[in-house]
Amino acid sequence: MNGVEGFMYPNEIGLQWSVLIVLYPFITGLVAGAFILASLERVFHVEAVKPTYRLALLTALSFLIVAPLPLQLHLGHPERSPEMYFTPHSTSAMAMFGYVYLWYLMAVLVFEIWLDYRKDIVLLARSSKGLLRLKYKVMSLGSDNINPRALHIDEKVGWVVTLIGIPSAFLLHGYVGFIFGSIKANPWWSSPLMPVVFIFSAMVSGIAGVMLIYMATTKLRGQKIEMRCVDTIAMYLFYIFIIDFSLEMLDLIHRIYEADESFRSLDFLVHTQLYIPHIVIQIMLGTITPLVLLFITQVIKLPEQLRKRIYVVSGCLALMGIFAMRWNVVIGGQLFSKSFLGYTTYKMALVTREGSLVALALAILPLFILWALIKVLPPWMAEPASHQPAGD
Amino acid sequence: MNLSRRHFLVLAPAAAIAWKAVSAGTPEQSPNYKTADHWWGMLIDIPKCIGCGNCVRACATENDIPDGYFRTWVERYHVEDEDMTNPQVISPDGGKEGFPVAAEDAGKYFFVPKMCNHCADSPCTQVCPVGATFVSPDGVVLVDPKYCLGCAYCVQACPYGCRYIHPEKKTADKCTLCYHRITKGLTTACCENCPTGARQLVDLKNPKDPIHEFLRTHPVQVLKPQMATGAKAYYNGLDGSVR
Amino acid sequence: MNIFKDAGHLFRFAGLFVLAFIVFLVVRGYVVPKSFGQYGHYRGDAMSDIAAHPVKFAGHQACETCHTDKADEKSKGKHAHVNCEACHGALAKHADDPAAVTPTKPDTATLCARCHTATAAKPKEFPQVNPSDHSNGVPCETCHQPHNPAIADAGGAK
Repeated sequence: MNGVEGFMYPNEIGLQWSVLIVLYPFITGLVAGAFILASLERVFHVEAVKPTYRLALLTALSFLIVAPLPLQLHLGHPERSPEMYFTPHSTSAMAMFGYVYLWYLMAVLVFEIWLDYRKDIVLLARSSKGLLRLKYKVMSLGSDNINPRALHIDEKVGWVVTLIGIPSAFLLHGYVGFIFGSIKANPWWSSPLMPVVFIFSAMVSGIAGVMLIYMATTKLRGQKIEMRCVDTIAMYLFYIFIIDFSLEMLDLIHRIYEADESFRSLDFLVHTQLYIPHIVIQIMLGTITPLVLLFITQVIKLPEQLRKRIYVVSGCLALMGIFAMRWNVVIGGQLFSKSFLGYTTYKMALVTREGSLVALALAILPLFILWALIKVLPPWMAEPASHQPAGD
Repeated sequence: MNLSRRHFLVLAPAAAIAWKAVSAGTPEQSPNYKTADHWWGMLIDIPKCIGCGNCVRACATENDIPDGYFRTWVERYHVEDEDMTNPQVISPDGGKEGFPVAAEDAGKYFFVPKMCNHCADSPCTQVCPVGATFVSPDGVVLVDPKYCLGCAYCVQACPYGCRYIHPEKKTADKCTLCYHRITKGLTTACCENCPTGARQLVDLKNPKDPIHEFLRTHPVQVLKPQMATGAKAYYNGLDGSVR
Repeated sequence: MNIFKDAGHLFRFAGLFVLAFIVFLVVRGYVVPKSFGQYGHYRGDAMSDIAAHPVKFAGHQACETCHTDKADEKSKGKHAHVNCEACHGALAKHADDPAAVTPTKPDTATLCARCHTATAAKPKEFPQVNPSDHSNGVPCETCHQPHNPAIADAGGAK
């Protein structure tokens, strides 16, 4: 009951959505962003990013598998969650989650990965023995047709799937933004820009995430990082970051200029409780700093080593900034009273079901899944550079 | 006062029948209750409210509300002469045990009882992902505790702060407009226990309900009309500073 | 024909989808409550479930069926519209079986003060006093009969 300043409606004092709901849009954002990076190569034929194509798909998949877990854990009755599939309410933004999620998981990501890896799976099935062979057999769905015509069909179908995948990725994350943006009761959320801001920030986080994972995995394998690849990714990161930042600033300026009934209340929050997460972490450190750094790499020809370092630093800062943005949306939106007369505080528990340890575990879990996926479906097998059995 | 007397006359015969059903140990819906015949709402007469907290206590007793959660509560406003936009509001424990004595400061004081507005276009039922909360055919916003996931999206969507997650049931919980009472011809626990008639259960589909006359002859407002929720908690004498 | 043969693996994948969809429909048929959708997008039985909640406040109509004397007395005074349980508490159990539960007499010292303590927030025309000044600790019912509190009407009390 403590930590209340001014007047809150008596039911508002405790926060309904915890750090887990912060994690959820962060994770789905990484998925959408990673997929869009993958589609650059597939649909827009950006050859330079090819080394990250499969890695981006696997990254998207491993994060997508984890995405519903924070939601599941925060529900009062997790066992009832299948109701979302059985009786989805057509007017609810949240109800569509199940379907958008399944569509994206099965029809887009798994299908595309399967098509792309099919040849490798069949070859692996032929060359391996015992249980491993059985596993790859099952994964190939018992078909070992990899004649050129079949592969050509796969290529075509894969292209179409990616093409469908791009709007699907937008849908997946735009709808997450809509969950918040459509709540008219909450002026901090209610904005038609919300889905758009979410999509672009998703792309920023996904691209930064895949870039970092690519650099890390390449380093771990003892291979050389392809500068052409990371330079191109950094360029896209920079441009999309500019769009994202402009949209966020547009939203902010619009709020400040309109200064509606909620403004005083929100303004107070941004200058007090949200000052560190919003102004310092999200805007200063998480957005302006990486933008400036990336801008420098775009206009000045820096040595390779320095560029790499800058990319790593800006990538990490960008991820931190996007996480802070999710935090500020989800938590920030619950700190003020809907009467605009008071404020509450959020204290993150440590070991409860919705505590910070669980959140941390959920944030790391996708990396383990990714590691397992890479074991089963090595992304660099098809690269000409590493045709000889590369150490996994 | 006249309003409440006439109102009870409207309710009385039905209530007498219903009580027989209740006392006979058959608390099912009374046989002659038809959802299609009713459209429930509430009239809250601010100039009559004395801030005694009877409604809050009665609601908690009737509906087994855990401490610290409120299906209804009372706020006390203090508005200084010029400062309409910055009222001083308190609601200690939802007004359950009444209020501290107000000093005779500059400005005005008044009490505002709050509860679910049973909105016709309710933003809370709109966002429920599974259909666990709904507007019943007789106009009451209800939660199905056997179907609710406890996702709290509805709590976020209510502009009035009327919902909470029940700490034991782990489902959304809110005012049922004493659905178990009004379907038996009784009035709600808060109305039954309001000593001044500041709260009146109203049936907008009943042509004999005094609410129609009241709405015609009084300046009545709903809370946060800009939210366009079709709120059916009508406030008489609502000050512009109330939100 | 060759196209079909070379796309055979795609049909296998599609087959998995169809299979999953059929399983989904079957499970859905079993799991969704029967009354769901009866009136709208919700469980129709939820309404009767909620309506089955036990009544705690019997309502003044129930009280008045037996306590006609008190009801008469009350109807003549200022407290005519204050319902019985507003002071006496929830007594549906007593209404069900008068012998089972004997209501306790409320303590007027706290009860009366709850409504009638003077404060600036109350409507001006509402009778309100500062309890300690007003009676010097003498219990309220010494002068005011709670069912009909006006002193003039209370007969010998003066």
